[in-house]
Amino acid sequence: MNKIKCECGHINPEGTVLCEACGKPVEGNQHIDGNDGKKLLNMRYDGSARRSQTYQKSIIDKIWSFFSSVKVGVWLIVAALVASIFGTIFPQEQFIPQDAVSRDPAIFYEDRYGIWGLMYYQLGFHHMYSSYWFITLIALIGISLVICSLDRFVPLFRALRNQKPKKHKKFLSRQRLYSESINADDSDIDKLVKGLKNSRYKITEEDGQILAEKGRFSRWGPYVNHIGLIIILIAAILRTTPIMFTEEYMWVREGEQRVIPGTNNQYYIENKDFILETHDQDDERFQEAFLKEEEIASNFQTDIVVYEAKNADVVGAEPELEPILEHSIQMNNPAKFDKYTLYQQGYQLNEFENMSFHIHEADDSEEESLGDFTIDLTNPDSVYELDSGFRVELTNYYPDYIMTENGNPASETDFPRNPAFVVTVYPPGSEEGEVSFLGVGRNIDATGENQYKVAIDDVEFRDVSGIAVSSDRTLPYFFVGAMIFMIGVIQGMYWQHRRVWINKQNDNTLLLAAHTNKNWHGIKRDIEKAVEDTNIKMVKDQQEIDE
Amino acid sequence: MDLYSLSSGALLIAFILYLVATFFFGGAIRQNKSERHQKTKAGTIGLVITIIGFASQLVYFIARWMLTGHAPVSNLFEFTTFLGMSMIFAFIIIYIYYKTAFLGVFALPLATIIIAYASMFSTGAAPLVPSLQSNWLHIHVTTVALGQGILFISFVAGLMYLIRQIDQTKLTFRNAMLEVVIYCIFLFIGFIAITSIFNAVSYQATFEVERDGQAVMAEYQLPPIAAPKDSTLLSENVMNSWFEAPAWMHGDEAGRKLNTVIWSFFAGTIIYGITFLISRKRIGKRLHPLLKGVKPDMLDEIMYRSVAIGFPVFTLGGLIFAAIWAQLAWGRFWGWDPKEVWALITWFFYAAFLHLRLSRGWHGEKSGWLAVVGFAIIMFNLIVVNLILASLHSYA
Repeated sequence: MNKIKCECGHINPEGTVLCEACGKPVEGNQHIDGNDGKKLLNMRYDGSARRSQTYQKSIIDKIWSFFSSVKVGVWLIVAALVASIFGTIFPQEQFIPQDAVSRDPAIFYEDRYGIWGLMYYQLGFHHMYSSYWFITLIALIGISLVICSLDRFVPLFRALRNQKPKKHKKFLSRQRLYSESINADDSDIDKLVKGLKNSRYKITEEDGQILAEKGRFSRWGPYVNHIGLIIILIAAILRTTPIMFTEEYMWVREGEQRVIPGTNNQYYIENKDFILETHDQDDERFQEAFLKEEEIASNFQTDIVVYEAKNADVVGAEPELEPILEHSIQMNNPAKFDKYTLYQQGYQLNEFENMSFHIHEADDSEEESLGDFTIDLTNPDSVYELDSGFRVELTNYYPDYIMTENGNPASETDFPRNPAFVVTVYPPGSEEGEVSFLGVGRNIDATGENQYKVAIDDVEFRDVSGIAVSSDRTLPYFFVGAMIFMIGVIQGMYWQHRRVWINKQNDNTLLLAAHTNKNWHGIKRDIEKAVEDTNIKMVKDQQEIDE
Repeated sequence: MDLYSLSSGALLIAFILYLVATFFFGGAIRQNKSERHQKTKAGTIGLVITIIGFASQLVYFIARWMLTGHAPVSNLFEFTTFLGMSMIFAFIIIYIYYKTAFLGVFALPLATIIIAYASMFSTGAAPLVPSLQSNWLHIHVTTVALGQGILFISFVAGLMYLIRQIDQTKLTFRNAMLEVVIYCIFLFIGFIAITSIFNAVSYQATFEVERDGQAVMAEYQLPPIAAPKDSTLLSENVMNSWFEAPAWMHGDEAGRKLNTVIWSFFAGTIIYGITFLISRKRIGKRLHPLLKGVKPDMLDEIMYRSVAIGFPVFTLGGLIFAAIWAQLAWGRFWGWDPKEVWALITWFFYAAFLHLRLSRGWHGEKSGWLAVVGFAIIMFNLIVVNLILASLHSYA
């Protein structure tokens, strides 16, 4: 490394444009910040030595320079933006509607959107945001954030730490705000310093040379907000690991007690009641809304009890359950325990709980019972022995009965939403059974010669709650990242870093120069107030029109 | 007087006052050079009327809140009206800070168009569905609207910058594009005009559409140019449709929406055409000399400042608060729902804008175009995402 020693004695790192201490332009490096042939100095990073601008030989230098460019960063943002737009043209695969012909993306997109849908699917746009190249793009933005920030923050921090109140005349005279006063004496300087102090400038004095500075912390704003974003990206990576994030979905029937998935059998849930409430349709305020929709839900709620299994780790033992939480889960009101959160997410009303039947002689118009039995639809027995000696065999059970296209009975789902059965009835002492097909509103005699008939007595219903279980330890990181981002944005955007240099030359001329990273009106006002009633000349704005 | 008529009356008064204030700001723009950037009589009167209008809209807001029991930001009408209100609010703040009467000449009528646009949707109050029953409704929605209202000011300043600075002596690509932007504003006016006309005569045409073996009714409030796919017209004495909506446009409402879009283009083009004939110039060219007295670097400053303020407010409301609420209600803070994605796109866009401002050459006209595009993205998220793309956010 070729350090650069300035005439003021300060040793600057290679690539420095303006001496960190006195600001004197380093000869031969002026092209880096584009100062050649310009009246004013480029003060964006205080002329500090940025790695990306200094070393460009090795491949690592080139990669570093590439990612440290704001232009590249903006292009990456634009690429992510365009990709995001493409992802919204058609629904993403997780949003394929329930009523679609098929929820298989291979079929759905072409079926609904034709050739464009097919292309969309084949290009993989249907899972845009989890595609490798989209994630790569976001990762590149992350890399760009880190390199951009390091490339600028480190040298800028050095330069501002090493700065001295005494500046080289070449530095001062090439500031945008500058003035020379010949007949200013010490009392004028005192007045000026006092005025700047009143505007809350911090004064540093060294050998009679003065630097007044305020709001330096605002220079760190961009780096702080980038740190926030990096924390968010790291949290997103952590979230892909099962230690930090798990999510399960469960259906719990009213009255049912079951283990909560994803908790290693440690916790159980009991659904006491599912409640669906709707808004009052007679409410005069909302008549217009009820014209369009007859029922508007006002509450989805599951009253639950969560139990902890005390001996979950003992294999084969019945768990000893201890209630630890009672809660009414509603939307916007999840239940929390340990590291888990339970969300009300779905429901199924009036699922069949059980059906009871009785047997009677087929030609008995009184339908006098020859014995009855009840089928538990979620946990049916295979054989029912009746007290009267009848035996009923459950030959086939279709919880959610449909007739397929080729005329065979089948079950669409495993949930008892439309139960149907094939039963074989054995009369007392007989080894020959009679086959019947039973369902809601159906009672078909398979052979047409049955002696006995099975009739439905009663049906009991219950509701089922769909509950999401998640354990997400990354939330605090996302939150902290977002807060740091906001702090950084505000810090960098609403404060300015203002500096005023007051240097006395050997010939007693007073040089006054000032720089701010934004809001030049503000700093001019500060100086104007401070030089009032003194012999110090107000600074002149020497901005070039070079755009 | 009941709360409902109080609230709609107050909204109407606000609407009229905003238009009246526009004329006073228009008067202020013609002042001579030495008075510019100072308080002027016309400007002050304009501001006072605007503030009274804003207060009246506040009455609308509060009365409707008292009526329904929740902040009126829960459907498309309510949200868009509130957006118009926050645009006015942002304008008042900027005016107090910069004393820029000329901004009002554009900001007020544009915000008024947004409010009129809102009123074209069903203005009936609806009770809250379970997912919306949260204080985050108020926090999230009001912050988003405020952020967008401030970004709207950057759009107004950017548009004015373009009108002020782009050379209009002969037709070029740049001033043609500017004219397209102005034409798009006319499409809004067209939509509002045509919807109001047919609402006033209670026009209705009903179609029967077969969907999954069931007959569904499709109600049209505009004469059907495009009918729903596979439909039969039930109403008598109405216009016969010219064609059916293509099959790839999905959903019961697709035909009606397409029809509305066609009518908006139709009416917007006619109104634009008439304006063009009266001015006998491109509208951009007509407006160009009006802004001669406005300093372009002032416009650039306002444009940048309002992005600098609007961006963090939007980030807070549209991403952070939104994520917190989504986590509470749905158990996931981010789900790539189109509304969320478009909020992210908005955020990306303004982030790019702020980074570009760091480089030379992106101030002024280029920034002006960016400010216009940024607001177009916001409008896209409000209109297209709600009405066309399927979204969980379909209420607003």
